[in-house]
Amino acid sequence: MSIEVNSRKVEWIKNETVKELLKRMKYTFPLVVVKINNEIIPRSNFSDVYVPNNSKVSVIHMISGG
Amino acid sequence: MNKEKTNKIKKKLKESSVGIAGLGGLGSNAAVALARAGIGRLVLIDYDIIEESNLTRQYYFLDQIGKPKTDALRDNIKKINPSVIIDAYNEKLLKGSMEMRFKDVDVVIEALDSAETKVAFIEEILTKLPDKPIIAASGVSGYGHSDRISTKNLGRLFLCYDENARSSDNDILVAPRVAIMANWEANLALEILLGEDS
Repeated sequence: MSIEVNSRKVEWIKNETVKELLKRMKYTFPLVVVKINNEIIPRSNFSDVYVPNNSKVSVIHMISGG
Repeated sequence: MNKEKTNKIKKKLKESSVGIAGLGGLGSNAAVALARAGIGRLVLIDYDIIEESNLTRQYYFLDQIGKPKTDALRDNIKKINPSVIIDAYNEKLLKGSMEMRFKDVDVVIEALDSAETKVAFIEEILTKLPDKPIIAASGVSGYGHSDRISTKNLGRLFLCYDENARSSDNDILVAPRVAIMANWEANLALEILLGEDS
């Protein structure tokens, strides 16, 4: 029972939303996109979409510098 | 040299335009790369003036310190390729109308500094200019680790990306890595404009 978040293996929690996962991972930087198994999850759905077991989650964020 | 390919690309680029938001390490180097490649028109936006500390990575010279980046970059590009049409705006991007100057360019390059501004700019372009390809960069600070950089393709957003880099607030910005990312962005722009190199 695990998921992969940005190539890190973490525990899968039943009925955890994208928003809750981001909080658990302590991802606080400005986000661009979240993808679950290559599907883009719109920001407006972060509180509604559950993260499935065995899924691969990509959290793509912006880091300062230019 | 492949003459036929050279002429084909020359013609296509001459008819093409790229807009660049921010003329620091990313924007100034990407603009120069595109000018050398033969882009027809560049739309350049920045409100900053050149400081000595910028010279560690940005395409400016000692005698340009104190000048607006828009003016200095226009001068520098004209010395390389005077045929590029340059529309330079010495102004700050304002939330709510960030897309304004980019309506009629073929490709937009995000070359801003802070993560928050990058995200706000990308969102405004994606939502207000729904057909426009946008290239952005994240994770430019530090040195080494060139192999960690990759392109993330997310629909119309092409992201030059290193998720393991630190924020520039806690790291250094130096020429080699910033210029790799800048040229990576310019290279993606060519790929979008010309199609994949066969």
